[in-house]
Amino acid sequence: MATVYFDEATRRFAGHDKSAVDSITLDIADGEFLVLVGPSGCGKSTTLRMLAGLEPINGGRILVDGHDQQGVRPRDRDIAMVFQSYALYPNMTAAQNMAFALDNAKVSKSETKSRVAEAAKILELDELLDRKPGSLSGGQRQRVAMGRAIVRNPKVFCMDEPLSNLDAKLRVSTRSQIAGLQRRLGITTVYVTHDQVEAMTMGHRVAVLRDGRLQQVDTPERLYDHPVNTFVASFIGSPSITLVESKVEQGVASVHGLAVPLQRDVAARAGGSVVVGFRPESWRIVGAGDGAGDGARSETGVESLAISVDLVESLGSESFVYGRPVGAEEASRVTVRLEKRTHLRVGDVVNVVPNQGEVHVFDASTGDRISD
Amino acid sequence: MSAPAIVGTIDEPPTAPPSRRERRADQNRSESSSHNRGPLMTTAGYVGMTVALLIVAVPLFWIIITSFKERGDIYVRPAQWWPNPATTENYHDVTTRIPFSNYFRNSLIITGVTSTVKIVLGVISAYALSLLRFPGRGIVFLVVIAALMVPNQITVISNYALVAQLGWRNTYQGIIIPLAGVAFGTFLMRNQFLSLPGEIIEAARLDGAGPLKLLWKVVLPMSWPTLVAFSLITVVNEWNEYLWPFLMSDDERVAPLPVGLTQLQNNDGVTNWGPVMAGTVLAMVPILVLFLVLQRQMIKGLTAGALKG
Ligand SMILES: Nc1ncnc2c1ncn2[C@@H]1O[C@H](COP(=O)(O)OP(=O)(O)OP(=O)(O)O)[C@@H](O)[C@H]1O
Ligand SMILES: [Mg+2]
Repeated sequence: MATVYFDEATRRFAGHDKSAVDSITLDIADGEFLVLVGPSGCGKSTTLRMLAGLEPINGGRILVDGHDQQGVRPRDRDIAMVFQSYALYPNMTAAQNMAFALDNAKVSKSETKSRVAEAAKILELDELLDRKPGSLSGGQRQRVAMGRAIVRNPKVFCMDEPLSNLDAKLRVSTRSQIAGLQRRLGITTVYVTHDQVEAMTMGHRVAVLRDGRLQQVDTPERLYDHPVNTFVASFIGSPSITLVESKVEQGVASVHGLAVPLQRDVAARAGGSVVVGFRPESWRIVGAGDGAGDGARSETGVESLAISVDLVESLGSESFVYGRPVGAEEASRVTVRLEKRTHLRVGDVVNVVPNQGEVHVFDASTGDRISD
Repeated sequence: MSAPAIVGTIDEPPTAPPSRRERRADQNRSESSSHNRGPLMTTAGYVGMTVALLIVAVPLFWIIITSFKERGDIYVRPAQWWPNPATTENYHDVTTRIPFSNYFRNSLIITGVTSTVKIVLGVISAYALSLLRFPGRGIVFLVVIAALMVPNQITVISNYALVAQLGWRNTYQGIIIPLAGVAFGTFLMRNQFLSLPGEIIEAARLDGAGPLKLLWKVVLPMSWPTLVAFSLITVVNEWNEYLWPFLMSDDERVAPLPVGLTQLQNNDGVTNWGPVMAGTVLAMVPILVLFLVLQRQMIKGLTAGALKG
């Protein structure tokens, strides 16, 4: 039970002129499940380790429950960590692994025993308590590592990509298990992942990191619907958003010739060019009868975009069609989501139009969001 | 660093350790696969192995058979490769002509105390140098490495002067204390500790383990094979130590076996080698027993070291 506050926390490794974690400010509420996400090397693990006290801080502060953690030893912080490698003690059984922290804290034998038994029941580890990590499967080790954190009933859980060693199916079930467990225990949790599906499905809020800098902290929905810049827009969502750099004339952006009218205030903020983003589901296929090939004309340009299909992914319940605009073959790919199975094939040409109000507009030079 | 691989190297072998026969089979398999380079390489390998074996084994064999020979049979041409007639006279000789049991006792005391001190100091200093942070750590380690470079024979003179001045000649502490330096052990164990996955140690720190608990409950159990190998090497070295005890002791009060055996050699103008060989064999026995007891862990330790490169 604790709040966590990163106050411009910075970590610079000796010999590097760039900070691995650069002035991060983050307010995490009591009982919140916060997911830290970002590409490899962006500083997620470092941020977590700073909180746990395993990494010194070169600037700013970290507060837990309002107390500055500067100079507090890791073992006095009451923070439990689940490592990516699980880091189980190979010489101890699963039960001893879980009991180790309680032993150190001089918790009584009977109390320890009941806490371990309880954690084992939650995690379905009863049968495995006498086994050593070497004879456990990856998923079982993961659960022992979770158990080791749970029995301590700490102020904060830190989890560093705990699911990345599991196979896809186990990952999905464990994902919901962890989220459910956290809800039940109500312990403040900081969860690191580079998997955006985990980020979107598990956390109350998601913090997106890039090169040590915090890009955006928001609920998963806000993050998806209102990414603050092109980086967040392209990092969140799978398949990822289609971003097209476009010229703006008289308040209308021209996306490969397709006229996309901008709202007045957006147009006012936009310069000569913007980056326009379309989520895969923001497209609609229109009949080819409107003028196959180059679409119907209006005074500002074509009203539908003709794309030539070069990849079709059929996932059963939905399909994704990837293609390039006709006449602009070297342009970036456009991704279109279709509700059902599609009969489209590679080489076909379809006409698509964007849905009203689902267009994201970003500044072409800074990448920052202009539309609201 | 790929995390699963690290976990793999420190893992216990799955459940029951493979039986001896299975292990043999494993070795054969890996041998044949690594020697799959054609008959020439295989032959070369066997020749190399045989030569190495002969170099080690022939002198040993010679010592043992000589210890059972009668005096007249030792210097004969052509050499006699089997004692005929065999006799245990030499063994009787060793134990009566010199105070063998005194030397043996001294050896046990000196080796026991020196090895214990060396192992404990080696582990503790290595632990400090690898896992505890304190200012000047790098410099201390450099000094240790430098100490490793200086051969014993060079420090002998100054040590002798110092110990003699203290009046410690012919005392156990005079022999033991100057031998208790641990540069090698510190170096070996430090590298072993550094090769342990850092996350396990961090996990233990987060779990509230203090420095001693961390060492005893987490670090040492994971370093067991290396520790056994280090201990065995230390014991063998101390047991065989000759130069320093020879300088420090004049008689059976504190002199260990290697020094004692030289007394046999010079007793009567012409050395009678039979009792010397018998004494040597007797001196080897305790180490042999120790090796047999620790053999499994020792071999495990040597491979573990090899794998970690
Ligand atoms: N001990 C270290 N010394 C120097 N640089 C380091 C150290 N640890 C991490 N870094 C650097 O700091 C940056 C952030 O590393 P960090 O481990 O936090 O990344 P991450 O976001 O966890 O990546 P991943 O998803 O791959 O685990 C990287 O550029 C990395 O090279
Ligand atoms: Mg990481």
